[in-house]
Amino acid sequence: MSTSISVRRLAGVVALAAGLFTAAQVAQAHEYKLGPLEIEHPWARATPAGAQVGGGFMTIVNHGTTADRLVSFSTDVAARGEIHEMAVKDGVMTMRPLAEGLEVPAGGEVVLKPGSFHLMLMGLKAPLKEGTRVPGTLTFEKAGTVQVEFAVEGIGAGGSGGADHGHMNMKKQ
Amino acid sequence: MRPTRQHVALAAFAAGALGLLAIVWVVVMPQLRPDPGPTPVSTVGGPFELTTQNGEKLSSADLAGKPFAVFFGFTHCPDVCPTTLWDISQALEDLGSDADDLKVLFVSLDPERDTPELLKSYLQSFDPRIVGLTGDRPSVEAMARAYRVYWKKVPLEGDDYTLDHTAGIYLMDGQGRFVEMISYQASEKDRVEKLRRLVERS
Repeated sequence: MSTSISVRRLAGVVALAAGLFTAAQVAQAHEYKLGPLEIEHPWARATPAGAQVGGGFMTIVNHGTTADRLVSFSTDVAARGEIHEMAVKDGVMTMRPLAEGLEVPAGGEVVLKPGSFHLMLMGLKAPLKEGTRVPGTLTFEKAGTVQVEFAVEGIGAGGSGGADHGHMNMKKQ
Repeated sequence: MRPTRQHVALAAFAAGALGLLAIVWVVVMPQLRPDPGPTPVSTVGGPFELTTQNGEKLSSADLAGKPFAVFFGFTHCPDVCPTTLWDISQALEDLGSDADDLKVLFVSLDPERDTPELLKSYLQSFDPRIVGLTGDRPSVEAMARAYRVYWKKVPLEGDDYTLDHTAGIYLMDGQGRFVEMISYQASEKDRVEKLRRLVERS
């Protein structure tokens, strides 16, 4: 009895693992560690030809007991990197640079995603192509600097229409 | 002729019958007809003449008799504009040839940077039925004002800037009257349904 249950459970785990593996292959989930910070799956949208700007997204988890702050971002593929907040209110899209950077609360996380906080790649030297990776450097007030790679996903990835590519579900146990 | 009792009864009967007919007309008939969507209004929208991504002039007169969709944006826009263009492209794909007569206009609120050439390369990533429009600033602003679009230049580092702007898609009927909006947060189903209704309206 118990053997058959554990076999079934094992089969379930294998199936789950296979599913996760497939999902990971599609989304190319990856993460970086910097002191108490964990940077989960930095990604960027592919850009149309001629576009001068691109958006970068990720989840930053802070396992520490003090808040930290993302203060700057740069990348070799663009003239300049900025940290922005976007919002759509009463049908109007607004976008503002965050001069003070972006706080990562102690024991919490901050999510950079379409329609919200994001990194701006300003003055792209070339279009961001789906399926490639582009480098970036993130600097935090306390934890310091980390090199990351942004996985470039489709132009419509994580859009308004609810095509959720599961970025939120990639958190490690 | 003086009204007799018969005349009064006949008049009462006629009035009753008319009343019943009115109730049937108002209550029952609308349920038998498909939802025609909102009543178009002419207070949003108006004449325009701008330049397409192919360098040709396109005016509201060229669109007479055909429904169209309008979205205002700019190519230096990381999120809302490419997402909206992508969403519209998906919806047009869903509608297939049904939407061949539907013009979708992407009007730049940043004509200084968005030249026809830039719009042309930018729009290659999206459905070919989407027409990019740009022009001199007075022409672009006149159209934006006619559509009650909000926009505001926001300075960034150096001499760079971005724009806040109205993010929805305006749906216009064949007479150039405003029908309804597809909001930025609309679902794909909602988007396709509204566009289909617009096409069928013509």
